[in-house]
Amino acid sequence: MKPLFRTCPKSGLVLHRDAENLIKANAVAAVVFLAVGGLLGLLVALTRWPSVHLLDAQRFYQVLTGHGVVTLLVWVIFFEIAVLYFCSAVLLRCRIAMPRVAWTAFVLMLVGAAITAVAIIQGGSSVMMTSYVPMPASPLFYLGLILFAVGALIGCFIFLGTLVIARDERTYEGSIPLVTFGALSACIIAIFTIASGAIILIPTFLWSVGYIGSVDPLMYRVIWWAMGHSSQQINVAAHVSVWYAIAAIVFGAKPLSEKVSRGAFLLYILFINLASAHHLLVDPGVGSEWKIFNTSYAMYLAVLASLVHGLTVPGSIEVAQRKKGLNGGLFEWLRKAPWGNPVFSGMFLSLVGFGFIGGISGVVMGVEQINFLVHNTIYVPGHFHGTVAIGTTLAFMALSFWLVPILFRRELIWPGLAKWQPWLFGIGTALQAFFMMGAGTLGVSRRHWDIAFTDALFDWAYSGLAYTMMALNGMSALMAVTGGLLFVLIMVGTIFFGRPSGVPAEYSAQRPATLLPPAPETGGHAGIGMGWLVAPGTFVLAMFLLVIFVVYYVINYAYLASLWKIS
Amino acid sequence: MNQNDGGKAGAGQANDEPVPAMQRVLDNPFLLLFLGITVPAVFYIIWGVMEIANIPIGR
Ligand code: HEM
Ligand SMILES: [Cu+2]
Repeated sequence: MKPLFRTCPKSGLVLHRDAENLIKANAVAAVVFLAVGGLLGLLVALTRWPSVHLLDAQRFYQVLTGHGVVTLLVWVIFFEIAVLYFCSAVLLRCRIAMPRVAWTAFVLMLVGAAITAVAIIQGGSSVMMTSYVPMPASPLFYLGLILFAVGALIGCFIFLGTLVIARDERTYEGSIPLVTFGALSACIIAIFTIASGAIILIPTFLWSVGYIGSVDPLMYRVIWWAMGHSSQQINVAAHVSVWYAIAAIVFGAKPLSEKVSRGAFLLYILFINLASAHHLLVDPGVGSEWKIFNTSYAMYLAVLASLVHGLTVPGSIEVAQRKKGLNGGLFEWLRKAPWGNPVFSGMFLSLVGFGFIGGISGVVMGVEQINFLVHNTIYVPGHFHGTVAIGTTLAFMALSFWLVPILFRRELIWPGLAKWQPWLFGIGTALQAFFMMGAGTLGVSRRHWDIAFTDALFDWAYSGLAYTMMALNGMSALMAVTGGLLFVLIMVGTIFFGRPSGVPAEYSAQRPATLLPPAPETGGHAGIGMGWLVAPGTFVLAMFLLVIFVVYYVINYAYLASLWKIS
Repeated sequence: MNQNDGGKAGAGQANDEPVPAMQRVLDNPFLLLFLGITVPAVFYIIWGVMEIANIPIGR
């Protein structure tokens, strides 16, 4: 048998050749699509900047469809497949299951994405990524999505197969590592997502080619959102796993409690997909019991899980830093964190942005009554750029700064600029989120080309402030896109022009040493923290989040009461 | 990332202790897969689709 494993001298990672190549391919495809999707986003934002109003109406809806599909589906899912392979084969020091099949999956995803892209470019499929029936898109649009999804589904099974191989060949002792467990939760959520997608997109495809007379719009929305929302939860589970990984990579941090963190991932597996109902809070046809059960009782358990992760990741970093002697005051550990290292700063901005912007707005907006205030306004894109652009995309960018040099055995180009990248993208996107949420609170619609309603039968004017917000959104987009572009350039530049780092890859091992469980904590946490709190800084941050949440929640109810004029 | 780094490996468990029930659930990916599909399929999809299917058709 040919030796197939190499050990990275710098990181100590053990890489299986097939897994390595597959991770590279999926990650590169992801970055290419991110570049396309980000530029389309810029065109969208410039069009919604009232005094710029770049594209004409037709083009706007076409580009908006492209932006949604390419970023939300193609970029994140390609990257997630890379993450799944990394968390199974690499972290478990195991060969990847069925590499040929995994390559087939890759090609299917690529071909599928290309077919959908062609359909969008041809112009007959400007239906937005939600493609609500009875708005027709070209059959190619659905066909491409279906092929892409089949490829991704195969990727999920490769991940599960690799877990089985690792267990059978005993490449690790004890339970799978926490990061791999997080990836498993992402994989399970992905399988539910893709199954739901199949249930709804296959009939819709058949309808588009004329085999089926009609697809019921209400039914479509219920099942489409089982896919559309759940796919966001793949992102959450994946980027939370990335947070844990980065905390371990940069700080050697150990989760405060493995049990609690795993329990939180279990809550994701069980409950997070139910929150799909928050997209249907104003739909007729489904009752309040269904809406409220799914969006509150069940969903809050998933929110609880996110709070746990949001607490234990910085908490574990705080403990690791305090143990290194940065034990002063509440925040010495944070002040003296490596803010110039994009792996850390990207991850931390992702965490803070996800919690404070995406998280708070999402939970508030997911309340049935409050949802009426902002449903289908540009508040919604504001919210989810906080989750998916800051939370997910920035976390993946941060991981790439660490992983791409390892995989390609090259040094990062432009380390000076790389330092700034997370800040440009993170702050630019955060500002975008704020301004879109602000404009949405003032009523500005999402997915709307003409904020002025020229030629409309009735006059309607948004306040001047709304116009200002949309202009500021456009400016923030320029900043975010600069950050995004910088990321793409640094990645591509590193792969092609980075200085080769160290020795050439030697695939010398047939079977790497078994992965051992972490050594039990010695010495406990004595002598760090304040009083009974080992991570007081994190505790204060968490309380701060809670206070902002409560205040914002109350403000929204007050606003609702003022609209309804209840006296 | 070496053998012992944090966050990367399971709970340190001495081999001869009985494995707790909860850990056995968490260590079984296919059981988790089953639960992760069934719960949302029942509460979200099936319940939701039944509500819509029960709307009387207008004439
Ligand atoms: C820096 C780059 C980005 C810019 C400038 C940008 C800008 C925008 C704007 C202004 C909208 C609202 C359009 C409207 O409703 O009228 C939008 C929608 C959207 N964006 Fe982005 N965005 C960026 C990055 C991302 C990323 C990274 C993702 C996902 C990972 C993403 C996913 C989406 C989605 C799914 C929509 C909704 C599309 C629809 O309504 O069908 N965006 N974007
Ligand atoms: Cu959602």
